Amino acid sequence: MRVMAQVAMVMNLDKCIGCHTCSVTCKQTWTNRDGVEYVWFNNVETKPGIGYPRGYEDQERWKGGWELDRKGRLRLRSGGRLKRLAQLFANPDQPVLDDYYEPVTYDYDRLHSAPAGQKAVPVARPKSAITGKDVKVEWGPNWDDDLGGGPDLVPQDPNVRAMVAADPAAADKVKASFEQTFMFHLPRICEHCLNPACVSACPSSAMYKREDDGIVLVDQDKCRGWRMCVSACPYKKVYINHVSGKAEKCTFCFPRIEAGLPTVCAETCVGRLRYIGLVLYDADKVAAAASVPDTADLLEAQRDVFCDPHDPEVIAAARQAGIAEDWIDAAQRSPIWKLISEFKVALPLHPEYRTLPMVWYVPPLSPVLDATSAGGGDDASADDVFHAITSLRIPMEYLAQVFTAGDVDAVAGSLLRLAAVRTHMRRRSLDGGQDDALLERVGLTAEQVEELYRLLAIAKMKDRYVIPPAHKERAAELSSWASGCSLDSPGGPGMGGAPTAPGGGPVPVTIGKRRLR
Amino acid sequence: MATLIFTVLPYVALATFVVGHVARYRHDKLGWGTRTSEVFEKRWLMWGSPLFHFGALFVIAGHAGGLLVPPGLTRALGISDHLYHQIAVWAGAVAGTVMCVGLAILFARRFFGGHRLRIVTTPMDRVLYALLIAETVVGMWQTVAINIFGSGYEYRGTVSVWFRQVFTLSTDPALLTGAPMVYRLHVILACLIIAVWPFTRLVHVWSVPVGYLARPFVVYRRRPQRAVRAGTRMARAARRGW
Repeated sequence: MRVMAQVAMVMNLDKCIGCHTCSVTCKQTWTNRDGVEYVWFNNVETKPGIGYPRGYEDQERWKGGWELDRKGRLRLRSGGRLKRLAQLFANPDQPVLDDYYEPVTYDYDRLHSAPAGQKAVPVARPKSAITGKDVKVEWGPNWDDDLGGGPDLVPQDPNVRAMVAADPAAADKVKASFEQTFMFHLPRICEHCLNPACVSACPSSAMYKREDDGIVLVDQDKCRGWRMCVSACPYKKVYINHVSGKAEKCTFCFPRIEAGLPTVCAETCVGRLRYIGLVLYDADKVAAAASVPDTADLLEAQRDVFCDPHDPEVIAAARQAGIAEDWIDAAQRSPIWKLISEFKVALPLHPEYRTLPMVWYVPPLSPVLDATSAGGGDDASADDVFHAITSLRIPMEYLAQVFTAGDVDAVAGSLLRLAAVRTHMRRRSLDGGQDDALLERVGLTAEQVEELYRLLAIAKMKDRYVIPPAHKERAAELSSWASGCSLDSPGGPGMGGAPTAPGGGPVPVTIGKRRLR
Repeated sequence: MATLIFTVLPYVALATFVVGHVARYRHDKLGWGTRTSEVFEKRWLMWGSPLFHFGALFVIAGHAGGLLVPPGLTRALGISDHLYHQIAVWAGAVAGTVMCVGLAILFARRFFGGHRLRIVTTPMDRVLYALLIAETVVGMWQTVAINIFGSGYEYRGTVSVWFRQVFTLSTDPALLTGAPMVYRLHVILACLIIAVWPFTRLVHVWSVPVGYLARPFVVYRRRPQRAVRAGTRMARAARRGW
């Protein structure tokens, strides 16, 4: 057993209202710069929908993630090492800007500079934030928000296509169900996978996983712009900065995590739906869990990789591996461990990509509740909801495509537990009693249900974020891994020199400032 | 004049090449790379880039053979001068044509392929394109006009000798002053390309990721070794990761 620690996230999708605050604050913090105008380290997409970049979940097309070869060995879907080197000159699987969208700004100055007394109202024309030229706004990072363009776009959703491929009769049901509009929001960041395809595809060894906390980063000084990470990531969460020609990605806000603070997306989340904490995992089990032959077994195999932080054997191994006591303590209090392994309500996003993602999701119960009440049932009655969960093929099969590689039972199990929490707490409030048969059915005790309720519904900050700070004596080393302390270099920002943009010259303050030329 | 061009220039170029690379690597690691523009344009790149790169690799290999291997060696291997020239000229013509087509596509793509590419084109890119195109045109002129359709020129007795002399610090400019104009031009342009090399995206040539073939898939980074030794609790023998 080789115990390692990983900072992980769980998002409770029932609480996501699709306000995009996480995306905007992340953008302002990390990608409000030249070269990454089109980049959203955090984005929120509506499901069903084709996402950002368009149809990224279609791995037949993008060749992201891992697959098993004929002998059952794990290999990158885009091919072996030699093939990758042969494709250095042109990467056939790389998305282009139009697969994301053309970022737009507006010619606001026109509104100020238009002469007074003009008959026509001045108009701020849309301009490409990249070229500064007039542009027709035809797509955006969340164009299909709230099912916009639904009848055209929903059938293009790779999850819907996979569902229909598995059962052609589902096509009509999707349509019928669509008319009752079921949808949910899916906020996405980098998954900081245990078996990251991007790191494995990087020819320069510029991408790496930090040993201490598992955060996946790009060393900007070592990246040479071979752009294999962009196509290898099945979640398309590594991006090319077109000014520097190098890869950039979500950093899990590592400077904040090191200080014991939550990421910007989590801190600013209006719905308070994000949870951050440690998980301990057995590094020796990762390869085996990623190469399980049957995709239906992937979820269980991935859960198995995590180690119980209360198990004395695990604690001893963690100590031996040099994990500090306060980190072990944090792992024991981790909301992530509780949601994934103890209550088994959180599910990974697309486990079939075999990357062992470390951002998991509590699937949304609300589409089921909506369907229950639409069908004349009582959305607070366990029986009615349970009946809906087990009989509703849509959206259950859709959720299964997204979270469990098509295993409907696994999604149903998670939703049943969530429904049980609602019913149990309702009963507690009404007459103080409890339904033992219900609890037995979902395999939880009354105390567990109440703890889960506290975690999901009350969700105080200290319960949502259990982040042990990086040790101070090691903090300087942590931040200097990637490229050395920026304060150290002569003329660096800390030495009184002005910060410079990648191509030289001062760092532009906004997108709009540099453009429109 | 000949001394200036054929003795001073190559050494100035080589000095710039070496010092420039050291300086750039030390001070501009962030700028060291391919400066990929595939995210902006892919359709033409899929054709132009592989054609250019594979063509260029063969062209460079051909130059190495022609410049470094003295005629005595090829004769000793039983290759007649006539046969050598047939191989050199025709293989060179094919590789050169492939490279030319690739370069033409890349050029058209970059400068006539829309606004997006123009904004990521730096002044050094323009210099590089100009030099590469000039050098390729001159090189193809030598191969096609002089060696295929013309009377031919035995560069191995002059240009190649001079080239090797550069590295033994004993250049004789007279070897080149007698060569046809295009050969002299080819040498001068080559010196210029060598000189600007470290300041262009050509530095990515030295970053060919051959190490990728031999490393484990997932890369973990640990703190520097001295830090591990300093923190006794963190010291561990086994390599982590899988």
